Amino acid sequence: MKKLKLSTVALAIAGPLAAAVVSITISSLAVLASHKSPIDAYKTMWDFGTTSGSLMQMLNTATPYYIAALAIAITFRAGLFNIGVEGQLRLGAIFGAYLGAKFILPPVLHIIAIMVIAMTIGGLWAAIAGYLKVKRGVSEVISTIMLNSLAGGLSSYLLANYFVDRTTNSNNMSTKTLPASGQFPDLMPLLNKFGVEDQPGGGVYGMLVFAIALGFVFWFVINRTRFGFELRASGSNPIAARFSGVNSKRMVFVAMALSGAVAGLAGLPAVLGETHAFNMGFRTGIGFSAIAVALLGRNNPLGMGISALLFGFLEVSSRSLELIDIAPETYVIMQGSILLSSVIAYEVVRRYKITLQSKELAKAVAE
Amino acid sequence: MSVAVELRHISKRFPGVIANKDVSMSVETGTVHALVGENGAGKSTVMKILYGMQRPDSGEILVNGTTVHFKNPNDAIEASIGMVHQHFMLADNFTVLENVILGSEPQHGITIDFAAARTKVVEMAAQYGLEIDPDVLVEELGVGQRQRVEILKVLYRGARILIFDEPTAVLVPQEVDDLFNALKGLRAQGMAIIFISHKLDEVLRVADDVTVIRAGSTVAEVKSKDVTARQLAELMVGSELPQPSTHGDTRRPEITLALKDVSIPTKSGSRDLISHVTFNLHAGEVVGIAGVEGNGQAELVEAIMGLRDYTGVIEFSAANINDLSVAHRRDLGIGLIPEDRQRQAMMMESPLWENRILGHQRGKPVMNGFVLDMKTIMTDTKSIMEEFDVRAPGPQTLAAALSGGNQQKFIVGREMSKAPSLLVASHPTRGVDVGAQGAIWEELRRAREKGMAIVLISADLEELIGMSDRLLVMLRGVVTAELDPAKTTPEQLGSAMTGAS
Repeated sequence: MKKLKLSTVALAIAGPLAAAVVSITISSLAVLASHKSPIDAYKTMWDFGTTSGSLMQMLNTATPYYIAALAIAITFRAGLFNIGVEGQLRLGAIFGAYLGAKFILPPVLHIIAIMVIAMTIGGLWAAIAGYLKVKRGVSEVISTIMLNSLAGGLSSYLLANYFVDRTTNSNNMSTKTLPASGQFPDLMPLLNKFGVEDQPGGGVYGMLVFAIALGFVFWFVINRTRFGFELRASGSNPIAARFSGVNSKRMVFVAMALSGAVAGLAGLPAVLGETHAFNMGFRTGIGFSAIAVALLGRNNPLGMGISALLFGFLEVSSRSLELIDIAPETYVIMQGSILLSSVIAYEVVRRYKITLQSKELAKAVAE
Repeated sequence: MSVAVELRHISKRFPGVIANKDVSMSVETGTVHALVGENGAGKSTVMKILYGMQRPDSGEILVNGTTVHFKNPNDAIEASIGMVHQHFMLADNFTVLENVILGSEPQHGITIDFAAARTKVVEMAAQYGLEIDPDVLVEELGVGQRQRVEILKVLYRGARILIFDEPTAVLVPQEVDDLFNALKGLRAQGMAIIFISHKLDEVLRVADDVTVIRAGSTVAEVKSKDVTARQLAELMVGSELPQPSTHGDTRRPEITLALKDVSIPTKSGSRDLISHVTFNLHAGEVVGIAGVEGNGQAELVEAIMGLRDYTGVIEFSAANINDLSVAHRRDLGIGLIPEDRQRQAMMMESPLWENRILGHQRGKPVMNGFVLDMKTIMTDTKSIMEEFDVRAPGPQTLAAALSGGNQQKFIVGREMSKAPSLLVASHPTRGVDVGAQGAIWEELRRAREKGMAIVLISADLEELIGMSDRLLVMLRGVVTAELDPAKTTPEQLGSAMTGAS
């Protein structure tokens, strides 16, 4: 038994390690192709990325990635694929910002109310795909991609025509600024107490703490509750799940809606913590990068946390590549090669694990 | 007659496991020699050694009297040994001819000499009684014909010694007859045939000699005309066989399950999948459903479980359950052992403890409210594994790592652990070894005595007759006969199933 555990640990490390070697090789080749030294590139990225200002930005980038990845992981675990997180979080953010500025509540309650609005909108938007799948057999992959386009257009239309705050004269169209009670406090004052100094343009989203808590909730619900079990059962063997009494159609619908509700929260760290409104500068692509985060993190809350941080780090630190004349888009190559090599490595390890277990079993039976 | 192949004192160890220990057998030309043994007894290892896929640690292989050392299957093919695999290795979008010559194409310059190949294949097919159209695509062929292509492939490579690995596992009875005729034809042509199987009635039909292997060692070599299936089975197991049987009448007055005029119409309006099925099942009673597979048994199970829409009425403990979901029916106390365990009853890549929960996730003992009770689940999984002799290191083992028999024992254990008042059991002992079969029968007997009602569906006629209090025969979705198992022989039941009587 001890031996098995040792090899299990070795296996768990071998996969990511092999993936890291392969992806560093590919990224280095890409840098070499532009006649630059990969070692310089990595050194520049590391030096820039490990300054406290960059690390704060890394956390701010990682927070929405993480929440969005949790949303996607819900559907992965259920054997579904919600590509529509991008649209769901966008609509959640714009409705949350617009409606949230329309009322005033005591501090904590106000934030909760905005979150509920964002979750409701995101959930309803994703539920359309769930409904189409259950009632008409439309693939959720296709419908959520289409709903993304709709959400993009719809949010721009709503912002320009109905939600824009006409009392300010700014080029950047924006919803009305949230009242103080609806703003999520920054972590900076707290960090100051621990001796971290203010950085230009710095600050750490308070929703980082919320995201971590959400990760724990995710773990508990998925791994330790009846609902989570039925969701995972539907994902790993839908027929057996049905035979065991899971209402598969209902599960598809609920998983999609829940995923959308969580996705609705992913746009809020910036809205509640930085801009305090939804404006045209709202970041795009969170929902897509989060797919990679979920895949790399294997739908595991801790794994996704690490991969969100990794992607955040790469994204922020790669901006420094411009300083030494390398296209910062090299980051995209790094992200892609990490993802590809790790997905392959995981699969290899998974198969090897089953073989290994069968052998262990043969041994145990023979004894 | 001369000896075609001889194995002398072959031993093979894998790390921690002795797969073969002192295996000896000798196969004469012009005979069919069966190698029988339980699953895991070491039959496949013997064949892999003979076919060059594995090398023995000690012992000798002789082909036509000369010692050989195979490094790989190519060496074995060179020595005129061929293997017909259980799982066919054919290219679907190639014709029969192309498949047969694939890998050893006759060359004509740089092109393939199809004309020569065709002549040879057609000749060969006629000679051995394996007629088949060489130009038809393999994807259009049935299983039996695909097997013919496999055999032709092996013969085309010049094999004189043919190994058949569980060849009948995938065939329907008619195809089995065809295969056996072909085997007899090959035997008449002086081929030596090694036939691996655990279906003893087939072995006795087709084989001249039988070598029995148990726990990695040969325990007997007998002439098939000198033994009965029962004696062979006892040699395989090494002890007396368990019997499917029940004692006395344990029927209680209350009716557990009642079907009233239950039909499953098809949308297209053609023949109903099951039609006007009506029967009562008392507590403590076993009703056996006999029928050739595909005559509505699977649909009947799905109707009882609520997995399929039906017309008519199904009552459980005198209450109409038509509107209840699968979950609700299970919670009321209906247990299910589905026919396809891997597809319908297990999450293969999940550990056993999660498989313990499946189907029981709505209440005690695995749940504490809406939260999994991990401690109970673990101890409970362990006790099921002990009680039902599921051979695996522990609850964390993945279901996929278990052998089919152990998976089945685990599923039976899981369903019995809840002591349901009705158990729907489809092929509860299919694919399990004799020892486990006996244990499962014993469990069913005990449950029946305690008042469990059982719907038993099986393709094993002796199991049906032995375990049932009453037999219903299904043909094309209709219950065509009700038989008393005490007065029914397997032959009578078999002809009732085909509608011949």
